[in-house]
Amino acid sequence: MATITLENVGKTYPGGAAAVQGINIAIQDGEFLVLVGPSGCGKSTLLRMVAGLETITEGTVRIGDRVVNQVEPADRDIAMVFQNYALYPHMSVRQNLAYGLKNRGTPAAEITRRVDEAADILEIRPYLDRKPRALSGGQRQRVAMGRAIVREPAAFLFDEPLSNLDAKLRVTMRGEIRLLQRRLGTTSIYVTHDQMEAMTLADRLVVLNGGRIEQIGAPLEVYRRPASAFVAAFIGSPAMNLLNATLDNGRLRIGSASLPADVAGSGAVTLGIRPEDLRRTAGRADALHMSVDYVEELGATRLVHGRLEGQKLVCTLSADSTLGDMLALEADAGALHLFDAGTGARIN
Amino acid sequence: MVEDRPFLNFLAHAVLILGVVVVAFPVYLALIASTHTAQAFSSGVIPLLPGAEMANNYMTMLGTGMSSSGAPPLGGMMLNSLIMALIISLGKIVISITSAFAIVYFRFPFRNLAFWAIFVTLMLPVEVRIVPTFKVVADLGMLNSYAGLSVPLIASATATFLFRQVFLTIPDEMLEAARIDGAGPMKFFRDILIPLSRTNIAALFVILFIYGWNQYLWPLLITTDDRFYTVVAGIKRMAEVADAVPQWNFVMAAVMLAMLPPVLVVIFMQRLFVKGLTETEK
Amino acid sequence: MKRTIFGNQLLPWLLLAPQLLITAVFFLWPAGQAIWQSFLREDAFGLKTSFVGLLNYRALFNDGDYVNALGVTLVFSVAVAALSMGLALLFALAVDRMLKTANMYTTLLVWPYAVAPAIAGILWWFIFNPTIGILPYLLDFVGYDWNHSLQSGDAMVLVVIAASWKQVSYNFLFFVAGLQSIPQSLREAAAIDGAGPVKRFFTITFPLLTPTTFFLLVVNVVYTMFDTFGVIDATTQGGPAQSTNILVYKVFKDGFLGLNLGSSAAQSVILMGIVIVLTIIQFRYIERRVQY
Ligand SMILES: Nc1ncnc2c1ncn2[C@@H]1O[C@H](COP(=O)(O)OP(=O)(O)OP(=O)(O)O)[C@@H](O)[C@H]1O
Ligand SMILES: [Mg+2]
Repeated sequence: MATITLENVGKTYPGGAAAVQGINIAIQDGEFLVLVGPSGCGKSTLLRMVAGLETITEGTVRIGDRVVNQVEPADRDIAMVFQNYALYPHMSVRQNLAYGLKNRGTPAAEITRRVDEAADILEIRPYLDRKPRALSGGQRQRVAMGRAIVREPAAFLFDEPLSNLDAKLRVTMRGEIRLLQRRLGTTSIYVTHDQMEAMTLADRLVVLNGGRIEQIGAPLEVYRRPASAFVAAFIGSPAMNLLNATLDNGRLRIGSASLPADVAGSGAVTLGIRPEDLRRTAGRADALHMSVDYVEELGATRLVHGRLEGQKLVCTLSADSTLGDMLALEADAGALHLFDAGTGARIN
Repeated sequence: MVEDRPFLNFLAHAVLILGVVVVAFPVYLALIASTHTAQAFSSGVIPLLPGAEMANNYMTMLGTGMSSSGAPPLGGMMLNSLIMALIISLGKIVISITSAFAIVYFRFPFRNLAFWAIFVTLMLPVEVRIVPTFKVVADLGMLNSYAGLSVPLIASATATFLFRQVFLTIPDEMLEAARIDGAGPMKFFRDILIPLSRTNIAALFVILFIYGWNQYLWPLLITTDDRFYTVVAGIKRMAEVADAVPQWNFVMAAVMLAMLPPVLVVIFMQRLFVKGLTETEK
Repeated sequence: MKRTIFGNQLLPWLLLAPQLLITAVFFLWPAGQAIWQSFLREDAFGLKTSFVGLLNYRALFNDGDYVNALGVTLVFSVAVAALSMGLALLFALAVDRMLKTANMYTTLLVWPYAVAPAIAGILWWFIFNPTIGILPYLLDFVGYDWNHSLQSGDAMVLVVIAASWKQVSYNFLFFVAGLQSIPQSLREAAAIDGAGPVKRFFTITFPLLTPTTFFLLVVNVVYTMFDTFGVIDATTQGGPAQSTNILVYKVFKDGFLGLNLGSSAAQSVILMGIVIVLTIIQFRYIERRVQY
């Protein structure tokens, strides 16, 4: 168990631009931290620097109290689970689990004990003598996890471990990973580009964009108060509506529509409203009038796609509502997110 | 098959059967010839049906050789061929797999130069540089030795490229997982890379064994001591005499014995053979 | 390119050392020697060596024997490539129709690959032996007097047959692989479009086999130029009257038997040039083997 501290960490690939830069994160002992962001934003790079698989070109990484910049991966006391699992195809499951322990000179009896224990935790005991190719995707995933936990490391590093599984299995395994991490209490860093996975797993989220941190915070905090237009669009499903608006002395104008705003000042802003924060209203004078383009039925709710003053808008309504061509909508003042139109930074 | 046309099927079978017969015909004749006495050939055309001297001819060749031409017993020559073929095939595999490992898994100065130095060997078959290579081997005192027979043929760009290709298809994560599991370079090489290349090694071995066993010009040049004669090169020495004093029965018995080992390898390891041939393409 | 690599600097050199050492001693050094030698000439007693520039090369192209060897090599290569590839394609097409028996036929057709060229030569030399061979005996009935030790044409036919016999197996395997890589759906589509088997072969199958054919052509030329030494040496030894004296055989004869080192070296260098060109063709235009 250990804390992991990243101080001003950056990476420039040889001959390339900076993949990540200026990263400061302090991960608590036992914390489950999720790195999330779009493809190419530098999540894997960051994780692999912690693992020791990429050199750190800037800043320091500490595991516990030790600076590990120059330490070999094997000596960092971490374990990693890869997207493609990277199981050794010619070794049985048991040998796969034991390989790292054997290389460290762990006594045979201890290896057996730990492998059996991990196999029980992950319920892979029946497959211990099989080769990886004789396992299903989910079983391989468990073996990859097993290889991490037998080592009893100070930290687990996960690089999109579930993205090779089908949707249903992904949800199940997600739960299991969370449960296992709670039970073992091992500090974990988990990389994903799936915001749903990030929300459900994380103690804290780190949203990365273009190699920089956009926001760090607990999932709900990030969801409720996205620090930038980017985070607002990235976290939450369906995605938050982002509208071009003008702030004008306490009112927000979207074309001819307008809303009260609790921010002073004036100028162009980006207004964010989550689809689920929009409600129908009757008889309100400053209601937002949305023209309906089409409807997606989700069962319990329906997604209504349309336009507000020529800008695209989506709202979530209950399935029993009756729809016309036009909808009158409202939102609480507290549900309005305002971002700088140029930088995307939050302003309310 | 797109459609069933009895006539085309019949034609295909006919072509193949004819092909198999034509391909086998010379060997059949050699086999028949090796079962007769030397006198059977003096009557004009060669016999087409087996004679009764098979055991006798083969025993003579293996044990005592052809006395009239001073050729040594075939047993010893076949052993030499085996030793040469094994050193060549195993040697090529060992030095190629380590070279490929160095080129794929390390970055070091002059790496490209090393790669091209190996690549160049592809363009220098022994037949082309025969005279100066002979001189080098003579100067090194390697004439009439197993080392002289095999070492100059061991460098191999083809095998190095094959292993390089195999290694490049192994996912990066395999190395990363191994490094996190505490494996250093040689441990990774031994525990992961070699087991993962097992079938490629076996397939390559089949091809290289045939290549080594069938060497002709090189052994002919560098062996003057009959203790180091190899069987393929040795037959030439017998056949030359055979023209004057026809001992076709013995020559053909030698021919059969000389081609038996590699042919058996192809027949019994056909899958590996085809894999090796199509992968090395050479 | 591997993303992760080991950091050691000395170890890769140790791993490469055996290969590089052998390459340097037995490949690069002799090749350099050959190039150097090709610019030198020894006097008649082998006492004095002098630098003569391109004289050895110029002498070669004025030498009727060398020009003859070039022509012989060309005829030999083209004949062997045509014969062995033609037969191989025929067999491959036939095997491609087979379901259950394909494997058996393949086994029965590929084993000659394992026979040494010299032995292939001896086998056919035996069959064509003018006094006891079976084929001259049969040819006698149609009034042809076969004698490859006297007649140039007969000698060429003998070495072409012996060299092709061994090479059919190799070509066959690659044609079979080529045929198998043609999607079945293409041929089915053509059949539905009403193309008969012959038309299908010429419009679909053969064009799609072009890469294989081209690749095999280069391989066969290399084979006939360099690997058939044993065939020639075991049968005709270049004769009669140099009619089967291919380039490789001439290098050997001039270097070891004639002891004309300068000329032999110049011939080696020209051969190297030919291999380099063939290798480049192979890698540039056909090879998927190396992307560096
Ligand atoms: N070995 C490398 N050399 C040069 N640039 C690289 C290398 N590896 C990654 N990059 C670049 O660094 C950036 C971050 O890559 P990284 O793999 O960390 O992204 P990621 O967030 O993990 O994306 P994904 O979700 O697609 O896995 C990308 O722009 C990528 O092109
Ligand atoms: Mg990634």
